[in-house]
Amino acid sequence: MDYLAQQLINGLTLGSIYGLIAIGYTMVYGIIGMINFAHGDVFMVGSFVSLICILLFGITGSTDIMIGIGILMIVAVIAMAISGVYGWTIERLAYRPLRGSFRLAPLITAIGVSIFLQNFVQETQGARVKPLQALFAGGFTLHEGTEFTVRITYMQILIVVLTIVLMTGFSLLISKTSLGRAQRACEQDLKMTQLLGIDVDRTISMTFVIGAMLAAVAGLMYLLYYGVIDFFIGFSAGVKAFTAAVLGGIGSLPGAMIGGVLIGLIEVLFAAYFSSEYKDVAAFSMLIIVLIFLPQGLLGRPEIEKV
Amino acid sequence: MTQSHNDRSQDFGQALPGIIKRSLFTVAIAAIIFVPTLLLRTQASQATNTLFILYRWEFFAIGCAFILLWRVIYEIRAWQNAHGPRKVSARPQAQENRFAPYVGPVLLIAAILMPFMPFTDRYILDIGILIITYVMLGWGLQIVVGLAGLLDLGYVAFYAVGAYSYALLAEHFGFGFWICLPLAGVFAATWGVILGFPVLRLRGDYLAIVTLAFGEIIRVVLLNWRDFTGGSNGLSNIPRPSFFGIPFSQGPDGFAATFGLEFSSLQRMGFLYFLILALALLTFYISSRLRKLPMGRAWEALREDEIACRSLGLNTINTKLSAFAIGAMFGGFAGSFFAAKQAFISPESFNFMESATILAIVVLGGMSSQLGVVFSSIAMVGGIEALRQLQFLKAIFGNDFDPSSLRLLFFGLAMVIVMLWRPRGFVSSRVPTVFFREKKSVGSSMISQGRG
Amino acid sequence: MTKPLLTVKDLTMRFGGLVAVDHFSFEAQSGHITAIIGPNGAGKTTAFNCITGFYKPSGGSVTLHHPSRGNFSLEAMEDHKISRIAKVARTFQNIRLFGGMTVLENLMISQHNELMRASMFSIAGIFGLPSYRRAEKEAIEKSMAWLERIGIADKADEAAAALPYGQQRKLEIVRALCTDPVLLCLDEPAAGLNPKESDDLGVFLREIRDKDHVGILLIEHDMSVVMEISDHIVVLDYGRKISDGTPTHVRNDAAVIKAYLGVDE
Repeated sequence: MDYLAQQLINGLTLGSIYGLIAIGYTMVYGIIGMINFAHGDVFMVGSFVSLICILLFGITGSTDIMIGIGILMIVAVIAMAISGVYGWTIERLAYRPLRGSFRLAPLITAIGVSIFLQNFVQETQGARVKPLQALFAGGFTLHEGTEFTVRITYMQILIVVLTIVLMTGFSLLISKTSLGRAQRACEQDLKMTQLLGIDVDRTISMTFVIGAMLAAVAGLMYLLYYGVIDFFIGFSAGVKAFTAAVLGGIGSLPGAMIGGVLIGLIEVLFAAYFSSEYKDVAAFSMLIIVLIFLPQGLLGRPEIEKV
Repeated sequence: MTQSHNDRSQDFGQALPGIIKRSLFTVAIAAIIFVPTLLLRTQASQATNTLFILYRWEFFAIGCAFILLWRVIYEIRAWQNAHGPRKVSARPQAQENRFAPYVGPVLLIAAILMPFMPFTDRYILDIGILIITYVMLGWGLQIVVGLAGLLDLGYVAFYAVGAYSYALLAEHFGFGFWICLPLAGVFAATWGVILGFPVLRLRGDYLAIVTLAFGEIIRVVLLNWRDFTGGSNGLSNIPRPSFFGIPFSQGPDGFAATFGLEFSSLQRMGFLYFLILALALLTFYISSRLRKLPMGRAWEALREDEIACRSLGLNTINTKLSAFAIGAMFGGFAGSFFAAKQAFISPESFNFMESATILAIVVLGGMSSQLGVVFSSIAMVGGIEALRQLQFLKAIFGNDFDPSSLRLLFFGLAMVIVMLWRPRGFVSSRVPTVFFREKKSVGSSMISQGRG
Repeated sequence: MTKPLLTVKDLTMRFGGLVAVDHFSFEAQSGHITAIIGPNGAGKTTAFNCITGFYKPSGGSVTLHHPSRGNFSLEAMEDHKISRIAKVARTFQNIRLFGGMTVLENLMISQHNELMRASMFSIAGIFGLPSYRRAEKEAIEKSMAWLERIGIADKADEAAAALPYGQQRKLEIVRALCTDPVLLCLDEPAAGLNPKESDDLGVFLREIRDKDHVGILLIEHDMSVVMEISDHIVVLDYGRKISDGTPTHVRNDAAVIKAYLGVDE
């Protein structure tokens, strides 16, 4: 029981990370109907930017926790800004020229961008894994069992709280601002939105930027949670986050979050009870199962085939 | 309309502030992108294994200067295009090249003669084998992606099934290459159907991501099912194919002795070369025959309009499954050849990069052109090999710099650039499968892209 | 009168809470042109999709009485079987040709099942056996005969998407006819045609009815075409049948006039 509770906490933490990445997939897919294959790698870049900032600011495990968290917020903002520029550039250079062209073309460029980013980071940052010593290692003991102690670390609290804050802010952005309205309009009908005089290019660009920013925060969280990153983390995290987006119902933002948490839980529980080596198989199989039995996802709209 | 030289330079003066502004903006963006990559490198210290930051201003400066140069050239050319003399673009819709029918046969003759050329050595043979393997895989995947319009990002899974089929059958049952080859095809085709069934109803990019997941599942299983697949150590000592029973060994029963030749390890390479060439030609023959048969025509119809297919009584499920199965079968053949050639396989040979490479070959070549696949395979493999030769980069980046490590970087970049330049691939028109009076190729703008 | 070719009884189709077709019943005779008309959004295309198997109806039955093959319950059949076994062919409101394939190829696809059998599921075809080559030749001849009837035999090797709109419409009808149907379902065949093309189409459809003995069921918006060529008209409004009978009967039916022209409340 205690073991299960611990796994649920871990799964929730991991799920928050996936959920934040998933939003980028779901927004882009909702608006222009493509899988932004390079999104996982933007997440990876965000993670590296965070690592660099943490090293530059010199936060270590012995930094006072309140100061540390304050600095981490600054780190998050910098990572968001730089990753946002990455997202913007990718859209501008690799996707926008191909909009309205052959349908496979942007997918191929997306794969190309993904390969490029991975190898660019590998070349410039080195292929070795980058370890980071644990920052504020403490936590609360929730329940002291006979065999097992349930703990929630400060880091996990930070991750979950930060996710909730970001999600709230983001939901407000989508529901209250004109940018959010434009995004929702684009999702319904890109051409019509354009005819109504809304700058569709700008809206799509902003979608990529916002998605990249959320992914950057996820990158920071990933770094803090696992304490080690490399140039390849974007691939499997990306596929899992996409699974989360599909599971929640592509195009649905709360769906992406719920899907993220579910995928996080599935992965952690599978690793805890069955096999950690096959945890990726569990997540990927989940994708296939969901698409077969629940193609519209949990919160997605069902699709009627137009004849 | 003609403009005097003076007017033009005046125009340029007017355009200049804009050019400078845009160039500076580009460099600013590039600088932001280069800060966490080129400028700041996280480096582990030798002693404590903790990370510190290494500043590399010289790389950063080179990168930014390069981007600035690119942007300025781009701007100047854009200005010239807008103000210079109008170029008459008289490109006909579907260009019928007079030499087009001869390209294929010439390439084939070149491929057959290549091993006998005096300059051919082990290295060149090796590259030749690699290129032809990719051509074969490209032709196999083309059935699924190009003809049936089903986007498959996990094709390498079938390649893996073929390779492991041969390795395991040889290890456990002692089967030879020639028995395993068809079996590998059958296994891979079966897996094609197994994958095909659940994804039949998926559309578009969903199919892509599911096939990707499927490919990863196969790889992870191969990696972790150690008793069966050897895990990350892979399987080694896979028997090499014999010349129809005569091994390529030094002994009296060997190939060289039997045919009264002097022993040379190149003989085996040559044999492998012709083996893959024959397999590739088989793939070519079967897939181009199938294309002209009702089955292949149904694949293309499926790509064009699935709903119309159903209204005409086509069983789209069978059509899709047959495309998956036959595409996978060729992947399986190629896989067992790969295992036989390398004598060693491990899951790392079957990662997503491999699938992406094969897909890129098909798409860059032109979705429905078999010749295009040949061109793009040569360009891709040849390009990567050419990178190895870029030794002068060592002079710039220091001696521990290995230019071939950049090959994937350039590969990704090339995928983007070629797609931007020719979204439909090198050869984009389509030759009809049946004709009444004359064969007119169909221009790319009319060909549908498929939903999957 | 003989047994009807198609009997639709209490056909109902719901999408969530919306009832698109509500207990719709009618019959179509063989050797007749039967038209379903009705204002926009009346549920015509939905009814059509139920008959041709693209939607599974929520209720009711659709029975086809094939003159030689017996009766088929279309509501329970898969769409491709409806075409292949029950021999009901259809066209689409927004033309669905295989645009990147040639005109001839389009017609070859509709003979797919026969050719597939002749090629022994590709095995005979790969080896180029004469039996397959003969079958292919016959299929080409049959296609060309149809193309000649609609006057575009000279365009057999053009891409279908390159044809002018009116010819695309005709090609789609001919492509459906190549499956040798007993019932041909046309979804707004005259949409987008100019008056001359509409008239040609009417002549062609009557010819199919009289010479080829194919029953025709069509949806149409354009009353003038319908009134001229139909033997039997069914009027739908808000998913319900409001009138059923000969063109003269329907033309004078108060309910139809009300649905089309509206009546002051």
